[in-house]
Amino acid sequence: MTGTTTGGGLHLPRYTQEDAATRTPVGFPDYRSTGLRAPLRTPVDLPHRLTEVTGPVLGEDRVLAHDADLTWRNEGEAIGQRILVHGRVLDSGGRPVPGALVEVWQANASGRYRHVVDNWPAPLDPHFDGLGRVVTDSLGRYEFLTIKPGAYPWGNHHNAWRPAHIHFSLFGRAFTQRLVTQMYFPEDPLFGQDPIFNAIPAPARHRAISRYSLERTQDNWALAYEWDIVLRGVDQTPFETEDDGDVA
Amino acid sequence: MSKPIGNPLDVPPNPSEPFQPRSGQRGSGFLSGPHRLGTTPSATVGPYLAIGLSWADGEFAAEEGTSGGFWIRGTVVDGAGAVVPDAMVETWQADPDGGFPSPEDPRGAATYPGFRGYARAQTLSGEFSIFTLKPGRLPDGEGGLQAPHIDVSIFARGILDRVVTRIYFADEAEANAEDVVLRGLSDEQRSTLIATPGDDGYRFDVYLQGERETVFFAV
Repeated sequence: MTGTTTGGGLHLPRYTQEDAATRTPVGFPDYRSTGLRAPLRTPVDLPHRLTEVTGPVLGEDRVLAHDADLTWRNEGEAIGQRILVHGRVLDSGGRPVPGALVEVWQANASGRYRHVVDNWPAPLDPHFDGLGRVVTDSLGRYEFLTIKPGAYPWGNHHNAWRPAHIHFSLFGRAFTQRLVTQMYFPEDPLFGQDPIFNAIPAPARHRAISRYSLERTQDNWALAYEWDIVLRGVDQTPFETEDDGDVA
Repeated sequence: MSKPIGNPLDVPPNPSEPFQPRSGQRGSGFLSGPHRLGTTPSATVGPYLAIGLSWADGEFAAEEGTSGGFWIRGTVVDGAGAVVPDAMVETWQADPDGGFPSPEDPRGAATYPGFRGYARAQTLSGEFSIFTLKPGRLPDGEGGLQAPHIDVSIFARGILDRVVTRIYFADEAEANAEDVVLRGLSDEQRSTLIATPGDDGYRFDVYLQGERETVFFAV
């Protein structure tokens, strides 16, 4: 086969992984939809090779000018509490992740998504579609202007309400770094009854909650929240078993 | 009227406020060993992913009409045998010459005409479809070659952290027999990773649970 690269001499990074004690499990019994969808068998370890340590370059070409301002659609202004959401995308070694595509989506101020499946009786907003996209700058920073999403009922259990949240989708540089997650707001009284939030092990839950950002609040204009997102980083500990011979 | 905010990313550096990890450790440089930042926990993509993650060209890992291109189609099936209509399937793979359009490839980023290497497809119709090219073989780091494969991530309501699998190809039997990943699996497990020839390419169904549960990988 043409162009096949033969082995030897390739030094590949190895990406760290959180312990199970601080990582969201794939399934969680209190979140009922996981019952028939979360795989039950133990996953097979896949060492990080070329396909796992590389990833697509997706940047400015996927982003339009208005994608960083969700408050203005169809020639009108969205109803709701205007907020600036900002932060940095880093890896677990503290390195910024520049040029990373960040995709966000959310409910409107009344807690309704612009989606055919969402038909609970809260109003849609003709000037809000809930979609935003930004690319991190050279220091890994991102920000977008939006309105604070409302809470909404979702039928998981009696009187179940999702705490206000914004969905985030991120690519790092490598397949191993791909992350889809949700950002919450501080001190939400709905945390206690939400199994999606509580599926995160307790020691890591604070990482999903943004911080009220007084310093970026804009006078007479918008409140601000800061949320840093940390992707998996490269393991810097030396390989102990490198070059220990044929393992086939 | 919406107040213009200018370029939202054009924020001047503020050296008086260095990044400070939430743990309270002062961020004086890169972190290593025990002084690592905790990663942001994953969450489900939820039922409304179509709002945020739909791309007009999402299904095309290779541009439409690229020579040698074909479709990979399949369903995502839950533990009750029901087709999952609100999943997203993402793929990432090498080009036919075994290169990646990624600067993270230590051999250098490759530029194969019309090839992105990445695709995403939702299962709204009951089926996902990805248009791509057959990936080349890659070194496995143990002196051998991996068989042509595609890394796959699956996201859905009811899945709190993406699940990862791989697509291999039924018509690469010789390469598959040499593949370090496939060799570590039983025949039954291996069969869940093999795409079979279809009308306009290949078929690859994903079983999230049950007797035919697809092999998923911890990466």
